[in-house]
Amino acid sequence: MLPLKEKDKPVVQKLLSAGCCARCVLRFCCVSVQAAYRKPHQETLKELQAFIGNTENGKSQDSVAADSTEENNKSHDATVPEPADEPADDPPSKRAKLELSGTEAPSEEDAAEEKLTEEPSVCVVCLGILQELCGTTQAVKIAEKVKAEKYEFETLVLSVSLPAQLCVREHSCWLHVKKELREKSMAVDKDDVVQVKEAFKWVLQGLVAKEIGGVAVVARSLFEISVGFTHKETDADCHFLATTCADCFRPTKNKQSVFTRMAVVKALEKISDTKFLTHYACPPAKPTSSCSSQDVQCLHQCVFVAGRYNKYSRSLPQTPWVIDGERRMESSVEELIAESVLSSFRSEGFNFSSSGREDVDVRTLGTGRPFAMELLNPHRSNLSRAEMKLLQETINNSSDKIKVRDLQIVSREAMGKMKEGEEDKTKSYTALIWTLKPIQSEDIAFMDDIKDLTLDQKTPLRVLHRRALAVRPRVVHSMKTRFLDSHHFYLEMKTQAGTYIKEFVHGDFGRTKPNLCELLKTDTDILELDVESVDVDWPPSIPE
Amino acid sequence: MDCLEQKDTEATAPSVIDRYYTRWYRADMKGNPCEDHCILQHSNRLCVITLAETHPILQDGRSIKSINYQISDGCSRLNNKVSGKSKRGGQFVTDFAPLCRITCTDETEYTIYSCIRGRLLEVNESILKTPSLLLKKPFTDGYIAVILPKFEESKTITENLLSREEFESIVSKRSVAESQPS
Repeated sequence: MLPLKEKDKPVVQKLLSAGCCARCVLRFCCVSVQAAYRKPHQETLKELQAFIGNTENGKSQDSVAADSTEENNKSHDATVPEPADEPADDPPSKRAKLELSGTEAPSEEDAAEEKLTEEPSVCVVCLGILQELCGTTQAVKIAEKVKAEKYEFETLVLSVSLPAQLCVREHSCWLHVKKELREKSMAVDKDDVVQVKEAFKWVLQGLVAKEIGGVAVVARSLFEISVGFTHKETDADCHFLATTCADCFRPTKNKQSVFTRMAVVKALEKISDTKFLTHYACPPAKPTSSCSSQDVQCLHQCVFVAGRYNKYSRSLPQTPWVIDGERRMESSVEELIAESVLSSFRSEGFNFSSSGREDVDVRTLGTGRPFAMELLNPHRSNLSRAEMKLLQETINNSSDKIKVRDLQIVSREAMGKMKEGEEDKTKSYTALIWTLKPIQSEDIAFMDDIKDLTLDQKTPLRVLHRRALAVRPRVVHSMKTRFLDSHHFYLEMKTQAGTYIKEFVHGDFGRTKPNLCELLKTDTDILELDVESVDVDWPPSIPE
Repeated sequence: MDCLEQKDTEATAPSVIDRYYTRWYRADMKGNPCEDHCILQHSNRLCVITLAETHPILQDGRSIKSINYQISDGCSRLNNKVSGKSKRGGQFVTDFAPLCRITCTDETEYTIYSCIRGRLLEVNESILKTPSLLLKKPFTDGYIAVILPKFEESKTITENLLSREEFESIVSKRSVAESQPS
């Protein structure tokens, strides 16, 4: 039973004769019962026809029926002059083909009646979106795509992108039945009309869930399937708006066309009804073909994986090192970690970030350096703790240059904690120092008593080409010396994050002050450096 | 840390300059005999301008009376300011732009030039306070200025400069000429 009232009849009548499909009729009658849309649209069409057929004797209906008959006759007439037996190498126009197929079995019956009972033509408003394009074929296509890419998920959200001209057609149709709708209820507004998108989802969601099996199609999900439609034939529908509302269509970068959905909606809000009607047909002209659907796109939202890494090599950069387009070192920390992570999550790419970074020749020991990876479009996302542990082992067995611990899935928000720690947390280092003048352990012992020494560090020359020139105060909280021989000692330091250790030791042309050369009154140089700890308490440790 | 095998070699291990910089030279700047300049180019293209070890200022136990970055009435290198990553606002210098004038206590005056094209990032203000740095550590703490060549010119700017070998051969010819009675 159709959820329609007597007052809807004139609207239904008018829409059907304008060439609207059954579901668009329901939309304009503001039917929000989802089940009504899920019925096969041909069935609904029959019901609608029966519904208006009950009141053939109404005065207004008569005139509308007459209109529709006339119109159908006209369009039918238009096809008559087309030669039915065209040569095969001269394809008939789409319009002709469609009209012919629609009237394949011409009979003595009234043209208008035939139009109403035969396979319906493409809807003037939705251009087929709510007809065959949201049927089982579409659901099967989506399911095949998802299965082909082997996505693992529990819920999915369906999104649809429609050609912008649909808004123009919707507006035209709204103006067409506005009067009748207002008679039914004064308060009814364009916003009360159910959107094509909405109806499309109501119909397709159930079908997709059935085809894929075992998943729920919901309003919000990490996994999104998008279907898009275009309709070349009617692309020009929007063009008149560019002259009437020029300010809505400013060309910008990264936009293929100025006629975006948003811009068209905005322009339609601005344009007056009379102006619209002088530029655009009301009701909209009949299309000859329905929309063509674009490829189904699947996107799983990013998954974030965090952990801490050790680096045991002095010839391994943290990230790929490329100079003038040429690779400098064969591997990097992020690549060694990413390889196994990407394959476990079957992710298409990643972004690596960490709490600071070490130079290529610096090792990171102790509990390691916090890092996080944003995994792009993972085809798998729900790894268990045990699986994460296995992944960690896989990474650790793949190379002896690095080691990973506390590997875990984290939220996007938690990533912030890693960067928070960057400025105000401390880091511990051990440096192997060379001195020009011979030293004895007593000569360096005084440094053990130095506490919270503030350095003024000019941006080191080695990074000055890519960072702003500034003098930054940095604190060396404490130092501990371990005498080695007359020219060498180990210097253990606890410093504020962001302290450049190498520059503190050699002075960087006197640009870090004070520096170790000044403290020891001899030239000093740094031969080796190890990060002993990065004191950021994130990510949480995972007991072995 | 394992360093036992290194200990013997470390005394002669390459210095910071050896590790990260290439030495380039200009000899007899502007035709003035022995006024040699040294350009230390970092692997990141940035250049540090210093005196060469053969520069007259560094000879014969000279001492410095004053260093002046005011190279003309209208231009002081001390006013050079750069901001942001792109170093906006830095003075652009060419090969023979004067950076500073150094007067020795014997009233001899020498002009130090930029030697290469690029954006002046900073001049060394420490040598104003402590001129002796220039004599004691001419290649490190006693540097004159830091210049950033244009990215696209970072390879070509050194074409007009002398390599270490070329410079040393020039210097050795000088000493031969000096020792020969004229």
